[in-house]
Amino acid sequence: MIAFLVRRVLMAVVTIWAVTVLSFLIIQLPPGDYVTSYIAQMSLSGGIVTEADVIALRQQYGLDQPIYIQYIKWMQQVLRGNFGMAMEWGRPVLDVIGDRIWLTMIVSAAAIVLTWGLALPIGIYSAVKQYSFGDYLFTFIGFIGIAIPSFMLALILMYIGFRYFDANIGGLFSPEYLEAPWSLAKVWDMIKHLPLPALVLGLGGTAQMIRIMRANLLDELRKPYVVTARAKGLPETRLILKYPVRAALNPFASTIGYLFPYVVSGSIIVSLVLSLPTVGPLLLKALIAQDMFLAGTIVLMLGVMTVIGTFISDLVLIWIDPRIRLEGR
Amino acid sequence: MADERLPPRGHEISQDAGSLEGAEDFVTTAEEERVSVATQWQLMWWRFRKHKVAMVAAAIIILFYVVVVLADFLAYSDPHASEAKRSLLPPQGIHLFDNGRFSPFVYAIEGKRDMKTFKRVYQVNLDKKIPIKFFAHGFPYKFLGLFPTDVHLIGVEAGEVKTEDAIFLLGTDMLGRDLFSRLMLGTRTSMTIGLVGVTLSLLLGILLGGLSGFYGGAIDNLIQRVIEILRSIPTIPLWMGLAAALPTYWSVTQIYFAITLIISLIGWTELARVVRGRFLSLREEDFVMAAELAGCSQMRIIFRHMVPSFLSHIIAATTLAIPAMIISETSLSFLGLGLRPPAISWGVLLQDAQNVQTLAISPWLMISAIPVIIAILSFNFLGDGLRDAADPYG
Repeated sequence: MIAFLVRRVLMAVVTIWAVTVLSFLIIQLPPGDYVTSYIAQMSLSGGIVTEADVIALRQQYGLDQPIYIQYIKWMQQVLRGNFGMAMEWGRPVLDVIGDRIWLTMIVSAAAIVLTWGLALPIGIYSAVKQYSFGDYLFTFIGFIGIAIPSFMLALILMYIGFRYFDANIGGLFSPEYLEAPWSLAKVWDMIKHLPLPALVLGLGGTAQMIRIMRANLLDELRKPYVVTARAKGLPETRLILKYPVRAALNPFASTIGYLFPYVVSGSIIVSLVLSLPTVGPLLLKALIAQDMFLAGTIVLMLGVMTVIGTFISDLVLIWIDPRIRLEGR
Repeated sequence: MADERLPPRGHEISQDAGSLEGAEDFVTTAEEERVSVATQWQLMWWRFRKHKVAMVAAAIIILFYVVVVLADFLAYSDPHASEAKRSLLPPQGIHLFDNGRFSPFVYAIEGKRDMKTFKRVYQVNLDKKIPIKFFAHGFPYKFLGLFPTDVHLIGVEAGEVKTEDAIFLLGTDMLGRDLFSRLMLGTRTSMTIGLVGVTLSLLLGILLGGLSGFYGGAIDNLIQRVIEILRSIPTIPLWMGLAAALPTYWSVTQIYFAITLIISLIGWTELARVVRGRFLSLREEDFVMAAELAGCSQMRIIFRHMVPSFLSHIIAATTLAIPAMIISETSLSFLGLGLRPPAISWGVLLQDAQNVQTLAISPWLMISAIPVIIAILSFNFLGDGLRDAADPYG
């Protein structure tokens, strides 16, 4: 188990490093360096940039030095918590992002919880009652879930809500809480708004999970130990939940590592359609305005958060599956 | 021990004698005979044929690619021609029979501005029928990219350009461009981007997956870790970042290839995984061992013995990878970071349907979502069918 954990931690560290390189790449890609665009931005908004400022800025980011030094300098700033200025906003990047990054994670986590909460019982039901009406129904819904990209589902739901229920189903807060400071009432308001975005985000993953769970459980149900248990007179519910379901859970839990990045990824585009206050709309705006510090930081934060999320799901996996715990001994 | 497996000698002799009696022991039905001599691909085809849904999906996909090839023949009006006088025109119904005779027509639509709301309102003029002609002349294009022509499947009177006397099967967009014609050309872009992207991913996947599976050890470890890292990074933000960095002065074609490249750079991991898995399991097979013992070179073992036996699996995995490519392109273009107008793709078309207000006024703009969903579903079903058929001996 220790070996497994060490391996995972190492993997996470390397992945985070890869994410920083990619984010740096995104910041570097557009033509011109950011001091030139910073100056352009400042003079547009009427600010004055002195020659000394320019030199100081260039030195701070090591723009006169080779690219890897620039990367190291940038990393030093990042580790100190200085992510640079969001040019369009004229404020530090961290201020602009604010709690949007947390809301992104909350929405994604809610989607994962919903995915699990739906896929597990439905998968078990579909396998135990194979070829029943319910099984076919869920398979059908599952295929729809796979075929409709989440943003399209969001669009369709928005349209239905607008057209037939005359309600705007977007957003994460009621209007009165939009600008309000955090309070218990605001949290409760958010929880009430969460299910719909979570469902939109989670449906694709849920569909896949149901298929995996169903297939795994079907394999397990055919094994002799199930017959033995049944022959010994174990109650059916207890029998299924205690043995085959537990064995079938393993591949199910191990895919969660890929599910999380997938959901975070989807949340970006769904947020735009449903106008959720996550980093999605901010990222798009930043990219269109070539506000690269903001964009790069968002990509960096999303990447790091995802790695942490995946790591947590690995811990869950260890907790569920004793085989992994024993393997590393 | 080994001798037991050999047939008794006497039996062999009777067979050698070529008598009909000897053959009787081995009499098989014609059906079984057919199966035992069939090639691997024949077996696969027979098994695939049984998968009805996959067959239907295959037919639909073929239809889609017919549209890809004939896109500008099927479009009846210039997809780029905008006209303010017919902005946001609702879809027209085609009437197939006129007084009991087959002669398809549409009713003319007259537009005027509502002086209260300043919105353009359209009214169907039931007195004026516009006949639809087959093989009519329309905007010029090159058939199959080679032969200049202006013949289209359907159209109105030759040279007819008066705004109201045209057909709009699926209505028009904000700029008054015909949605049906745009959808045809969008299908061409979106369906080919899936293919080009998957080809690039496949090359990367086979190369890296093959290296990983064949050599194993440190190389395998390294490549597997790279794959794990790539898979644990959220893709859409990354794509957005890369796509936004493409210079704005690039031509439509350059952007097209850059986007495909970006999508496939991250999409190859799944294919590499499949290839590696196949390599690992085949390496242990007896026939590979036999080839090795017979002194075949490594290249010959890979390409003559291993590749043919996992080719079918690769085809199945590739088919299953195409929908992801299509979704990626559609998502990026939908955000405005992928293909940009004047390029037309499903994502570009859906961009018009981005907000609810527009949709409430003109719901037909969402029609472009239908081919996307059908294409993705069909590729999924086809891939499922292919995967089931890929191992005909199993």
